Amino acid sequence: METLHAIGKDIPKKESWNKVTGAARYNTDFNEPGVLHAWLVTSLYGHALIKSIDKTLTLKFPGVLAVVTGDSMPRLIGPILEDRPPLAIDRVRYFGEPIAIVVADSLSKAKEAAGKVYVEYEPLPVVDSLKDALEKKYILHEDLPLYRRIKPDEIFPQPGTNIANQIKIRKGDMDRGWAESDVIIESTITLPQSLHAAMEPRNARAEIKPDGKVIINTSSQGPFDVKKELSYYFNLEESKITVNVPLVGGGFGGKTTPQLEILALLASQSVNGRPVKLIESREQDFTTSPGHLGLEAYIKLGANRDGMLKAIEITCQVDTGAYTDSGTKMTRAMAADCTGPYNIENVHCDAFCIYTNHTYVTAFRSFGRLSHTFAIERAMDKLAFSLGIDSLELRIKNAVNPGHFTPTNVKLNSSNLGNLPECLKRLKQMINWDEGIRIELANGKVRAKGLSGLWKTSSSPPNATGAAIITFNRDGTVNLNVGAVEIGMGIKTALAQILAEKLQMDINKINVVMEVNTETSPRHWKTVASMTGYMVGNAVLDAAEDVIKQLCKTASVVLRCPPEVLQVGGEKVFLKADPTIFVEQRAIACGYKYPDGSSTGGEVIGRGNFIMHHLLPMDPDTGRGKLGPAWAVGAQAVEVELDTKDYTYKILKAATVLDAGKVLNPKNAKGVTMGGMCMGLGYGCREASLFDSGGVRMNPQFRTYHLMRYGENPEYLVDFIETPQLDSPYGMRGIGEHGIIGMPAALANALSAAAQVNLDFTPLTPEAIWKAKRGVSL
Amino acid sequence: MKFLDTGTIELLVNGEKRSALVRPSDLLLDVLRDQLGLTGAKPSCKNGDCGACTVLVDGWPVKSCLMLAVEAIGHEIITIEGLQNAPLQQAFVDEFAFQCGYCTSGFIINCHALARIHPKADEAVIREWLQSNLCRCTGYEEISKAIHSVLSTHKS
Repeated sequence: METLHAIGKDIPKKESWNKVTGAARYNTDFNEPGVLHAWLVTSLYGHALIKSIDKTLTLKFPGVLAVVTGDSMPRLIGPILEDRPPLAIDRVRYFGEPIAIVVADSLSKAKEAAGKVYVEYEPLPVVDSLKDALEKKYILHEDLPLYRRIKPDEIFPQPGTNIANQIKIRKGDMDRGWAESDVIIESTITLPQSLHAAMEPRNARAEIKPDGKVIINTSSQGPFDVKKELSYYFNLEESKITVNVPLVGGGFGGKTTPQLEILALLASQSVNGRPVKLIESREQDFTTSPGHLGLEAYIKLGANRDGMLKAIEITCQVDTGAYTDSGTKMTRAMAADCTGPYNIENVHCDAFCIYTNHTYVTAFRSFGRLSHTFAIERAMDKLAFSLGIDSLELRIKNAVNPGHFTPTNVKLNSSNLGNLPECLKRLKQMINWDEGIRIELANGKVRAKGLSGLWKTSSSPPNATGAAIITFNRDGTVNLNVGAVEIGMGIKTALAQILAEKLQMDINKINVVMEVNTETSPRHWKTVASMTGYMVGNAVLDAAEDVIKQLCKTASVVLRCPPEVLQVGGEKVFLKADPTIFVEQRAIACGYKYPDGSSTGGEVIGRGNFIMHHLLPMDPDTGRGKLGPAWAVGAQAVEVELDTKDYTYKILKAATVLDAGKVLNPKNAKGVTMGGMCMGLGYGCREASLFDSGGVRMNPQFRTYHLMRYGENPEYLVDFIETPQLDSPYGMRGIGEHGIIGMPAALANALSAAAQVNLDFTPLTPEAIWKAKRGVSL
Repeated sequence: MKFLDTGTIELLVNGEKRSALVRPSDLLLDVLRDQLGLTGAKPSCKNGDCGACTVLVDGWPVKSCLMLAVEAIGHEIITIEGLQNAPLQQAFVDEFAFQCGYCTSGFIINCHALARIHPKADEAVIREWLQSNLCRCTGYEEISKAIHSVLSTHKS
């Protein structure tokens, strides 16, 4: 038999034609007569007491059925620490915080009536910065010690402060490290909060059937998480909740923790379970739903004269905004990978998760590493400068390698790490590093290059699972049902490729169930952390093994031989020794019918599962532990052309080399990587959530919060190396997030070289560069 | 109040005459989606900033969140559902020019109009046109390849 290959092929996404014809359905594309509409009343203040809420006029408004306020759910929620009221109770802590839900028979009425809810506020002092927070300008959560800790082994609030969590890494001997250091540099960086800005605004629809069954339709990366959390918060049996998720219009982490699902369910409860749709406006998506963390970090880094890193001390201060949500977990994640992809034996890291009156934050592509990498990579460039060593050589020299230990003392090997030096060497060629990192051109222009290393593992619960179910059609074609959500990364297609390769089948004969329904799809933790290919992919392989076993069993009866001598491929089951003796897959997949009409076998249903293993929580005192099964490493670079007169610049090229383990779909992998790079460059050069001193968001629209647009993108150079991860399907590594990680750092390093001034912040606007150059504080 | 009154209008959409019950303030986008079931045009900013709701009005790309339904009376409207095997659709599939797909309808409609109106568009024209749409997933390179592949077809 000829071997069929689905792995390593440029296979277009399964849902491609639906997406180019408008037929692809997202959660707000389902019209239904009679559905009610909800609109949120949100805070106009960054921090204030709510003295009163007057709903009188709203309730009189034609078409309004209910106004829901915080008293309908007087409890706090949160995935790690329960610190957030789903609807504000007596106090708001960020601009845009939901205060009330107006439910009406049309969207326009709900919206207009929402404007008639009169909220009386008493403004409170606003904690507008990490500095304000640490100086205790105001304690935002007086009841911090009383809050329920959902994950006690990873959350350590400090009562009487604004510190929600502190994570410590203590490795090696700092005194020895500093003693061995000939050169020590110090570096401080500041990065603002930003936004996910998925093109589909966040939304949810809820309904309660007469038998008490709750139906949630939502645009979520974690349907099973929504089910779990709703069950817990509303005290419902899980069997009483079904969550449906169709295609999702971009997530980037922002559609992971439940928020609107809870509010939609409260709205439905207020109208006797009638279906209610809650769709955020762009402005609400930008201010009411969570964003991406801000970070200030201080690094002290020491090396000997040869450039070998000896010691590092890191303090990270994460701006988690008004509530923690995933902020504490991202704080922990950046601490766990705190050295960047460099081997340092003596490590002291304190990472703090800090409350402010900014928007609360949730998971964002890279889960904190984007920000932390900026801190490390700026420090590496400063160290290279002080040592007089080429900054790329410094990174190769110190690159983390098999045999080294991570900051949390995980022993690394080729499988769980990959090959960073090779990524750096490939990058060096790709961007013609040896021509020099700063070249002066005519007309006061300068061309310069900057680079960044990167690494990332996941932060999954030690018992996170993935699963797969395979069924057959009577023509021998296959249906694959998984709990992974298609958010745009092409995961459903990748899983079909894994199955096609394993069953040696034409991928066009594999149908993937696009939607996720928590009642009929097998459970998957969440579609996050670049882990779905690994977790669900392994489950698909397991289910395929199960299918092969069943097919061979029935075929062994038909072909009158032991199952062990048979093999599956090309939609046949055949004799390994003589493929001309076979039975068609379609003849046995749904039971085999003998020529006389009697039957045997039965329907083949494959089941497969996967659970994380050997993960360990981090020790509170030292950080020892293991958060994820493996890392993916990479190296990135940016080339800019800066005008030294006005500090405007062009991003000419951006380059990435990732160790992908095995590239399942090269064109898709390149596309997802370029998308991450573009997002990272956007964050580096212009994206920031801007607040005034009262905590009011200044730029809650695409018109004022600028994303990269067509033609502003640089020329992309993307390449992959393949060091297999042995316990992953075909050796692949999760790389969906990684394109973003080093981009802001590489941009800052390039611009710092070009402008010959340390640029330790984003967004890197011409004005900000000009100020840095003149020593004007920002 | 008079302005809340509804009335029936007739719209010419994708070559079919369709009637809709609208208020004067209803957006073309909302009427297409909610009344005519044409959900290919997407709401994302409803502020004219992102282009996800782009449709053709008399052959020109228009953000349907910036047009009232009543303004569309007497004009020929084409939505993404009205394109059948257009070269741009094939090009978007071939070039992997989308990930989540939410911005795709608007991008394809805009590219389609560009290819018809300026079949020999240069980089500056392409850039000016396509900067009216946002994509958060891709880095725009694939979209660039898709539009170029169709424009060069026109050239040859």
